[in-house]
Amino acid sequence: MSRIFVAGLGAVSPAGWNVAALRAALDQGEPLPVQSLPRPGWPQPLRARLVPNPPARPDFLAHPRLRRTSPITHYAVAAALEAAAPLRQHSAAKPLRLGVVGCLQSGCVQYSCRFYDETLANPATASPLIFPETVYAAPTSHVAALLDNVVLAYSLVGDPAAFLQGVALAAQWLSENRVDACLVVGAEEPHWLTADALRHLDRPAIVAAGAGALCLCSDPALAIGIELAAITDAHTLTARLSRAQAALAMRRQLGAPQSGELLADGLGGSPRPDAAEAAAWGDWPGPRVSPKRLLGEGLMAAAAWQCVAACDALALGRSPAATVSLVGSNQQAIGARFVRP
Amino acid sequence: MLFPLPNPANAHPRVVITGAGVITALGRGWQANAEGFRTGRRAFRTVSHFDVSRQRVKTAAEADLPGVLSPAFPATSLTRRQRQRLDRAGQMLLLAAHEAWQQSGWQADEPGADNLPLVLGTTAGGMLLGEAYYRQAIGQPAHHRQQAVRAVYYQPQVQARMVFDALGCRGPITVISNACASGANAIGHAWDLLRSGQAECALAGGYDALGELVFSGFDSLQALSPTVCRPFDAHRDGLALGEGAAVLTLETLHHASQRHATILGELIGYGTSIDQHHLTQPHPQGQTTLAVMRQACASAAVTPDDIDYINAHGTGTPLNDSSEAAAISEWAGAHADALPVSSTKASIGHLLGAAGAVEAVVCLMALRGQWLPPQELFDTPDPACQFPIVHQPQEANLNVVLSNSFGFGGVNAALIFRRWL
Repeated sequence: MSRIFVAGLGAVSPAGWNVAALRAALDQGEPLPVQSLPRPGWPQPLRARLVPNPPARPDFLAHPRLRRTSPITHYAVAAALEAAAPLRQHSAAKPLRLGVVGCLQSGCVQYSCRFYDETLANPATASPLIFPETVYAAPTSHVAALLDNVVLAYSLVGDPAAFLQGVALAAQWLSENRVDACLVVGAEEPHWLTADALRHLDRPAIVAAGAGALCLCSDPALAIGIELAAITDAHTLTARLSRAQAALAMRRQLGAPQSGELLADGLGGSPRPDAAEAAAWGDWPGPRVSPKRLLGEGLMAAAAWQCVAACDALALGRSPAATVSLVGSNQQAIGARFVRP
Repeated sequence: MLFPLPNPANAHPRVVITGAGVITALGRGWQANAEGFRTGRRAFRTVSHFDVSRQRVKTAAEADLPGVLSPAFPATSLTRRQRQRLDRAGQMLLLAAHEAWQQSGWQADEPGADNLPLVLGTTAGGMLLGEAYYRQAIGQPAHHRQQAVRAVYYQPQVQARMVFDALGCRGPITVISNACASGANAIGHAWDLLRSGQAECALAGGYDALGELVFSGFDSLQALSPTVCRPFDAHRDGLALGEGAAVLTLETLHHASQRHATILGELIGYGTSIDQHHLTQPHPQGQTTLAVMRQACASAAVTPDDIDYINAHGTGTPLNDSSEAAAISEWAGAHADALPVSSTKASIGHLLGAAGAVEAVVCLMALRGQWLPPQELFDTPDPACQFPIVHQPQEANLNVVLSNSFGFGGVNAALIFRRWL
């Protein structure tokens, strides 16, 4: 079995357009300001934490493939390019075969709603330019188009714990020598419909958007000082396995932590949705970080932020190891551990 | 553990298929579909599930489903309330999974049923519920009835969980959404899981229901045929949409042999890659198609000369078919003259995320029955076709067959199946 390392990290979040902005927000420990998200038919807007405008127009937006894309693609591409940046010095010497695993829960909701709205109004005038951007696979495809030599690409849909399924898939591709490096990107975009739906399921939650990316590799020379140590089984929720049981099963598989090990959990501040995960990790002895408390419910993007935050702490030497806990809303609980090699 | 992966006791075990469930506009179940595909019957009609009066094209291949509370709906562990929450896509998925499960002879109390991977491909999941959510949210913004249920059940991973609850098994769920290659990728990924030793058995397939958004999308692109869907015909003018689901039970040969299972066929090869040419258009010469067919052959340890039939992606759009024809012609070389090809989308339309899975089942049917699935109403071959198009029912001596699937976004996939004697 190959060893798998992290070669780069990327993030776009309500804190800004890179990992440094995410780190600064987490270090500050204060929830970010909340913005209004107008909701058609309601006098009061919904609440959201939106990605701020970038300080300058990103260069990648000049690429012809991105002309008509929606924010989810912009976030995914920005995070992917940041995570892949350290590879570029190496790939100049030897072209690397890349894989891309895009992970989404809500997906391309902006153009889906817009196109469906146009369809309901008059299908004869619904824009054909928008429709291709409604498919789940669009952001992954655009990321692949912007990078050289992408040979494998999957888009995974699921609850946020599916991000670690994406990491496991990347590790499998690397272990089988099908790729030299693999980007795993989790992304979501803001829309009132997502906030509206979330309100039915988790009323206190504040929807957020953005992306996070890990670039994995099997060559230690490409690594940035982080190794993937373990990913638990996918503890699927069924009629016989509750979220609380799944969270506990995931915790048990990860075993005892090292001294000073960081926990990046998925607690968001809503008592009921948090209960299962809070109970599973109630006795965690070390430091912990909860990105969703500060940044909002970013769904798959939030799962990616947890992983990025965990790996960033290792890269900076702040922790000897880091555990990521993803207790998804309606599919599964999966955990992972990253260590310094 | 998902990582580190186990070291398989048997490196790259052989993988066989012991159950297959399918539902399309041709009917429900293996028998009805096999008869329809064998004769090339076309199953299109005016769309009845949503208003198409203002669409340019008004026909598609709709499946007939039994009511979820009718006696014809399979008896499973799902409660009445759970069944009522299934939309058309979820119903078709469940029907196909139940048939495959029954055919395989797997039991919920068997060892391994607690860790059974379920790998599904879909482009839209429960989009019909999503559409209903949106219409109510816009049309009746103060009314919330059913909205929370729709918000949960439109998600494909929740529909997948219904399969587990229905069959009484459980395991990791993977939902792949590589557009129209999703179904083939799901089967290929399940094959990877078994070959890498992560499981002994897996359920895999694809499903998608006809929906207003997607139908309107393809119509807006003018990708739908206003006449008749005729893949690889020089006069083709677009695709036709359909709906359906197919699920396979895959297991290692060792596992199947131990329990004396009836084997429907062997999955021997899988290739997948991504075409970065354009979001919706393939490379004109089908470079990625060529690459995935070569990959699949390499993994199957066969050459193009060994392939007896290709079930093509063959949507019926001018760009797809010319690209695929160019790739097949180059890949097959001198063998192309004797390599029968057809697209069963001429019978049941393009099933999007279900297409690759249903077409995998068609390949198994052809291998089992030793016939070639014809395309009716085929007239003049595209000049790029260096191979014969099957256009009338015929028997054949089939040993190894290949199925192609391509999607928006550029993911291409190829699966290779071998007859089991």
